[in-house]
Formats: sequence, C-alpha cells, structure tokens
Amino acid sequence: MSDHLLTTRGFTRDAAVRLLDLAEDMADTQQRQVKKLPTLRGTTVVNLFFEDSTRTRISFEVAAKRLSADVITFSAKGSSVSKGESLQDTAQTLQAMGADGIVMRHPSSGAAHVLATSGWTRAGVVNAGDGTHEHPTQALLDAFTIRRRRDGDDSRGRDLAGLRVVIVGDVLHSRVARSNLWLLTALGASVRLVGPPTLLPAHVEGWPVTTGIDLDEAIADGPDVVMMLRVQRERMTEAFFPSAREYARLYGLSVARADALPSTSLVMHPGPMNRGLEIAGAVADSPRSTVLEQVQNGVAVRMAVLYDVLAGERA
Amino acid sequence: MRTLLQADDVRRAITRMAHELLEHDPDVDRLVLLGIPTRGAVLARRLGEQMTRIAGRPVPVGVLDVTLYRDDLAGQPTRATRRTDVPVDLDGAVVVLVDDVLYSGRTVRAALDAVTAIGRPAVVRLAVLVDRGHRQLPVRPDSVGRNLPSAKTERVRVLLAEVDGEDAVTIEDGDAA
Repeated sequence: MSDHLLTTRGFTRDAAVRLLDLAEDMADTQQRQVKKLPTLRGTTVVNLFFEDSTRTRISFEVAAKRLSADVITFSAKGSSVSKGESLQDTAQTLQAMGADGIVMRHPSSGAAHVLATSGWTRAGVVNAGDGTHEHPTQALLDAFTIRRRRDGDDSRGRDLAGLRVVIVGDVLHSRVARSNLWLLTALGASVRLVGPPTLLPAHVEGWPVTTGIDLDEAIADGPDVVMMLRVQRERMTEAFFPSAREYARLYGLSVARADALPSTSLVMHPGPMNRGLEIAGAVADSPRSTVLEQVQNGVAVRMAVLYDVLAGERA
Repeated sequence: MRTLLQADDVRRAITRMAHELLEHDPDVDRLVLLGIPTRGAVLARRLGEQMTRIAGRPVPVGVLDVTLYRDDLAGQPTRATRRTDVPVDLDGAVVVLVDDVLYSGRTVRAALDAVTAIGRPAVVRLAVLVDRGHRQLPVRPDSVGRNLPSAKTERVRVLLAEVDGEDAVTIEDGDAA
C-alpha cells in the first residue's frame, strides 16, 4: 500500500501494473447490479480544490462515494481560503475535523508534497494536480485506457512494453505530460515529446524521453498513441505562439494528420478539449479517440488509488 | 507442524462433498459454484469437475473475490484484490460458495454481500474443506470436508497441488508460524 499518491516518478513496473490491475477489479465491480462497495465505510475523504476543475473533482467524488467514504468537497472559491487562510491552516482544520484522506488540486507545483510531509495532517494525500508538476491519476487512467485497448479482457498483469507514445503540444505547462512520461516509461513504453520550442521545457536532461518540434515527422513514424495536450492559455503569461491559427496548423491533430496514422493508433486527450485548436472535432469523435473512455476509466482508477492509499493500516 | 490430512484424505473429502452437494441440489441447471480466492477457487474447480462427472451435466464454476466487501480491512496491511469471474446470471441461481478453511465466518459474510451485489440467488450454500471452529458470526456450512477443532493460537493450512505443489492439511502452533 502507499501512504500517499503524489507523483508517478519512481514507480516501478510492478507497482504500476499492480495498481492498474486493482483498477481492473474496481471497473468490474462497476458492472454489478449494486455498484456501491462498503470498502471505505467510516472513512472521510475531503476533496480540496484550490483550482477550478469539474471532471477531476466529480470523478474523485464518484469514486469515493462508490467506495462508501463520506465525501466533503471544499472549493477554494467562496471559502476561507479566499479570505487569506494558508494551506497550513486549512490542512490543520481538516485534520481537526477528522479527514482520513485529502484529494488536493492546487495551482502551486509541489503543494501536494508539502501537504503530505508537513505534519499538518495525518491524512493520506492524493495529488489531483499541482501546478505544472504532476497529475498522477490522469497518467494512471491514460495507461489503463491504453492497456485496455491493447489487451482488452486480458489486460491484467501486462505492462506497455514496446509501446511508442507521442505527447504533443503544451508540454511546458503540462502536469499530465510529466506524470505520463514517468509512468509510461516505467511500464516499458517509449515517449517522445513534440511541441513548439517555446512550449517544450528548457531542461529535459534526465527525463527518459526524446523531443522534437515536427509533428508530421512524429506521425510519419507511426506511433501507437498520440496524446494531445490542452493549450493552457490560463497559465500563459506571455505569447508562446503567434496565433491560434498557426498553432493549429503546426501542432493541431487535424483529420489529415490522423488519417496518416496507422489504423490501430490511438488518439488521447485529457480534456477539456479546445476543439479546432489542438485537436479537430472530427478526430476527437473518431473511433480511434479514447476521450470518453478516459473519463469513464477515471472513476475505476481513482477507486483503486483511494483504496490503495486509504484502506488498511496507515503509517 | 503436523499433517492432519494426507493427499488421499483431501481427495476423498472433495469427492464426498461433490456427492453431498448434488444430493442437496439435484437440479444442476440452476447450480453454480463460486470459489473464494486463492484456494477456495481451486477447490471450486475440483468440485465442479467431480460434480460434472457425477451429474453427467456441466456444473458452472466461477471465482468470487470478496476483498472489497470485507469488514476487517482497517488496521491491516492493504489486501490485494483478485479477479472476480461469475459465469452465469445469479438471479434465481443456487450458489454454492466454496472456501478452504472456515474460521471466524467474516470471509463468508463478505461473500454474501458480494453475491447480493451481483444478483439475487434463490439459495446460497456454503462448502468448506475444513471447519476449524471459532466462529465470530452466525455462519454455518452446508458441506464440510473435515471438522478440525483447533486452538485459536494454532494455524491451519490447506495445501492444494495447483498452488502449493501437493495436497494436504497441516496445523502448526502460532509461535512456530
């Protein structure tokens, strides 16, 4: 078991496969007449969201409720946080109220790590996205989705050895890209990052990836998965590319580009999508797109993470 | 460590249980065996083969993991889950839960919750290879391979060839384990 889930960096192949297998078992329970499990009865999970999010928050909420945890959702807007309360005070308040688990999204990179190691709370911390750093459950649900498409009912126990993944777009601001590159490479996949030079991180030394700026070249290479990233305008304080039109022309996954992929290649997007910017609507809705499966699988994966962090003895 | 049942004893016990279960429920068409991992699932497979042979009709066998329905998850190392595979519709079925050792009864309680989450069987029965006593819940087996009264400090283990390389039932002192 894990005390927290803060990052996918340092995951071993076996730990990742075990968590994905657990998610398979969770997904199976969601096919039953009664979907609610008694597993986390008596456990209180606080969803602590300092940043807007609809799908991740709801996904965690559904996952915790399906496990019979008591769920409290705490949005920073309209709370004492907007009155200037510090993360420390918020965490200590939640500790005093008896939170067993805290699912946190925060605009600052490293916030989840601070919460988990500060001593302010004994709760298990699940990172639901911290700044531009990590979003581990997104990476887990992406890996889960790929594995299911690849191996179907026979997914359990398998890794992603030999899989070739291209992650495209705003890598600089993307916690999804960071969590994915650690997890996917731990599972045996190879990862190539493609984007405009202004949106690729300046330093990728030590990252187990290759980088490039030419999307057509990456597509001609016939990757198994093309993972499109959302252009995060809200995190852009300067002009990273001349115009949306130019971005779409150079780095958008158009119908023509999707048609150039091998027929079995998958197209993924963590959502929410900017249709027509990083991905053409017709591509997002095509059979090779896993966008809706990603959302659906998110619940099972988050159930697995909550079980892993919160069931059983805590340190 | 002492061996209480040898390989032949285990095999005979399973054969006897297969006959007993068919006497209870001769209507094979509604029967389904659900083994609780790990060794209950192996036992269910063996029982199913025997019952299929005796009845001359196939008796379906599945696997029921009960981990997520347990009431004793807290305060212990996190338990790994196993794949559940229920091959038939449980509504109206005669379900036979199969496990290796019956002890506190908590696993069976969890199994009842798991079964009723999946469907609404007409009847649920319980078959165990070893009943070692010390129930904490009002649970009673319908078919038992062998009653083995034991002390709470002792550890009773069922070994099955598919998992352990041999068939046997052993007992050892808690201290030695």
